[in-house]
Amino acid sequence: MTTVTTMTQWLRDPAPRSRLQARAGQLWLGWLRLRRNRLTVIGLSIVLLLLLVAAFAPWIAPHNPLAQDLSQRLLPPLSPGHLMGTDEFGRDIFSRIVFGSRITLYIVTLVALTAPLFGLIVGTVAGYFGGIVDQVLMRITDIFLAFPRLILALALVAVLGPGIENAVLAIALTAWPPYARVARAETLTVRSSDYIAAARLQGAGGARIVWGHVMPMCVPSVIIRVTLDMAGVILTAAGLGFLGLGVQPPLPEWGQMISAGRKFLFDQWWVATMPGLAIATVSLGFNLLGDGLRDVLDPRSSGK
Amino acid sequence: MSLIEIQNLSVTFDAKGRAVHAVRDVSLSVPARESFGLVGESGSGKSTILRAICGLAPISAGSIRIAGEAVRDPRGKAFARRVQMVFQDPYASLHPRHTIDRTLSEPLAIHGIGKADARVVQALDDVSLDRSFRFRYPHQLSGGQRQRVAIARALMLEPEILLLDEPTSALDASVQAETLNLLARLRDERGLTFLMVSHDLAVIDHMCDRLLVMQHGQAVEELTRDDLAAARMQTDYARALFDASADRMLEG
Repeated sequence: MTTVTTMTQWLRDPAPRSRLQARAGQLWLGWLRLRRNRLTVIGLSIVLLLLLVAAFAPWIAPHNPLAQDLSQRLLPPLSPGHLMGTDEFGRDIFSRIVFGSRITLYIVTLVALTAPLFGLIVGTVAGYFGGIVDQVLMRITDIFLAFPRLILALALVAVLGPGIENAVLAIALTAWPPYARVARAETLTVRSSDYIAAARLQGAGGARIVWGHVMPMCVPSVIIRVTLDMAGVILTAAGLGFLGLGVQPPLPEWGQMISAGRKFLFDQWWVATMPGLAIATVSLGFNLLGDGLRDVLDPRSSGK
Repeated sequence: MSLIEIQNLSVTFDAKGRAVHAVRDVSLSVPARESFGLVGESGSGKSTILRAICGLAPISAGSIRIAGEAVRDPRGKAFARRVQMVFQDPYASLHPRHTIDRTLSEPLAIHGIGKADARVVQALDDVSLDRSFRFRYPHQLSGGQRQRVAIARALMLEPEILLLDEPTSALDASVQAETLNLLARLRDERGLTFLMVSHDLAVIDHMCDRLLVMQHGQAVEELTRDDLAAARMQTDYARALFDASADRMLEG
């Protein structure tokens, strides 16, 4: 107990003695703000649950997600040994959903790491340097924005060939333009400010100013968009899976599981419904978390 | 030879096809270790001269020389080590997402200067800020404290010339005096040359040896401090400006 109180005291110290302590203190304050909103906590719990399930999938799943048993096919939920029933090959749906969380998380993580970073770089560079650089980069962005997202992803996957890596690539390539737009807008308001002028006056080069001074101002709005877009990414991935262009069978991908269950929707509703519920729950979790993060990361509300 | 030499400087901005002459044909020279003031009402082009020196405003005619060398475009790192600027608004001149530590160590990182920890602590001591401020963010500081940080940042590279763009106009009266005294102390300790902009003759009188009165982007009259004390102005505009702040100057 005493270690806990000294720990919080260390975190709350108004006069931190090191960079590490200052940073930890900021994180702690952010956590306190995040905790105030109950919906955000629910969203965070769902996302954490997804992480835990994905991490401990082999221990949580009662069956091998790929093991077929035709004598056990299309069992309803709550039958002995099969919490959510089985599909047309007698595979345990619960186990497949548990292992499917890994694939969902893999796609979401890769997209969340690549697309925003790329968009951020394009947007800040376009906004800061302006002129011809801005024109070229933003017109390319416009071209990508001119296509509906799923259609463009479909076209890319059709060219690249189906598969999980290509699905990630296709989603990332269609996801970055909005981040570039957001980052550019933010950059335009920041670039003429005195603190950027001060950095230029100190002899800082363009790369250092964009990376160290402009980007930190754009990151919060981009992160908020990312968390709010995560649901969209999950849905696009599921959509590609549903159309047979994403993750290939027999890998347990949620969208593709729905697609397989569609044939039995009227008689064996659980085959499509269970992965559908998983997609809905995780999307909801990311949306709630995104809303909460907006409150924490909004520059106007921070520090109050 | 003067440290700062400005000859026939003109700055013209292009505002949607219409040329705006912010500064017209202004010349001035400041010897080393002197403090020179630029006075005038808002829009008289005094801040633009500072910005032109730093490369933040375009030079459309004339020349600017620092220690005999014409300034180059872009200004470069050598210029940064020689000339630094303190901006008017301490709320806008510090990066809101950088701690004071980051703000002060950034110039060191740019120029590859070592011992950042020791230098940052020393800089805080120099501007009489408590060391506990080191890891705070600008929004946790008052206006006067922020301006001290901005001054400390400008001095991190140990420049010879400090350009001061109304460094106290955003601060309230008591903090103004404190900040001016701090600047005067640092100038004496480090042998700095000041080029200071203000609309307030009282501030200029307190800080500067000579001053130039400006109006509508043009130089009106150059005065020494003795001229000012004896109210020896030649032009009506300088006299009007003097009358407006005379009572406060007598207090100081």
